[in-house]
Amino acid sequence: MTLNEIKDLLDAEVIIGENQLDMEVKTAFVADLMSDVLAFATAGSLLITGLTNPQVVRTADVLDIAAVIMGRGKKPSPETLQLAEELNIPILSTKFILFEIAGRLYSHNIRGCIEKVGTK
Amino acid sequence: MVDEKPLYDGSFSVVGGNFDNAGEVSSNIKTILKKIGLPSDIIRKAALVAYESEINIVSYARKGMIRLCVSPQCIMIEAIDEGQGIPDIDLAMQPGWSTANQKIREMGFGAGMGLCNIRSFSDVFNISSEVGKGTHLKMIIKTNSNTLQ
Ligand SMILES: Nc1ncnc2c1ncn2[C@@H]1O[C@H](COP(=O)(O)OP(=O)(O)OP(=O)(O)O)[C@@H](O)[C@H]1O
Ligand SMILES: [Mg+2]
Repeated sequence: MTLNEIKDLLDAEVIIGENQLDMEVKTAFVADLMSDVLAFATAGSLLITGLTNPQVVRTADVLDIAAVIMGRGKKPSPETLQLAEELNIPILSTKFILFEIAGRLYSHNIRGCIEKVGTK
Repeated sequence: MVDEKPLYDGSFSVVGGNFDNAGEVSSNIKTILKKIGLPSDIIRKAALVAYESEINIVSYARKGMIRLCVSPQCIMIEAIDEGQGIPDIDLAMQPGWSTANQKIREMGFGAGMGLCNIRSFSDVFNISSEVGKGTHLKMIIKTNSNTLQ
């Protein structure tokens, strides 16, 4: 799916990244714990989260995350917004809860970036 | 071990307790590694290792520094801090063990996964710590993909 299709599906507001809506994504990861994101999320995935602080954007940058989707109506803090602009990380905000976001995306063939955690 | 001049050797200071800029050093490291032209999966590992180390210094130490040294064979990252130190390293290395306070948890950290992540994304990992003095991490990531793991 493209970010543009995801935006429509989730009735989302594009906060950063109007110019990157053609980007294709196939996988996603949902978490509010950044260390879990760092352990398991793969490059090019969506990061779906309820957190809004700048560390979300830093984490996305470190991992080459395609875009951040903030659920439950959350919006980035001013510091987060500024950093996302600087690092060129798209942010979408939607009122759907994280479960609904995941379900809607899954039914449109977006898959988890990993299915289960393995023994490391 | 390495006779040639390193491709990069530099240090960045990290201020304890300052969450506003936490991660800035890791972003800088990522930019440097991109300029050198390393493969993106290697850069990602190095950025991750630097970032978890940086967050730990910001979270638990007074001040510290992160050194990046890149040779044709490997990336070496050292995180050295002055702070409380770690009383029981085996315990700290266990997944899920954390002493993070509320402020750290609000940022999305404190899952007790950072040191485990650092170890699993490095090819060589060394940790030493002295209570009341500080902590020293040393990580090596090989850049020559056929010798990886
Ligand atoms: N540089 C450090 N100085 C002092 N204590 C540290 C340092 N790094 C880690 N620790 C201690 O080791 C514990 C485990 O660290 P680790 O990075 O694995 O997890 P965390 O920081 O608690 O959570 P996470 O990294 O998953 O967000 C910390 O809670 C802290 O008590
Ligand atoms: Mg940590």
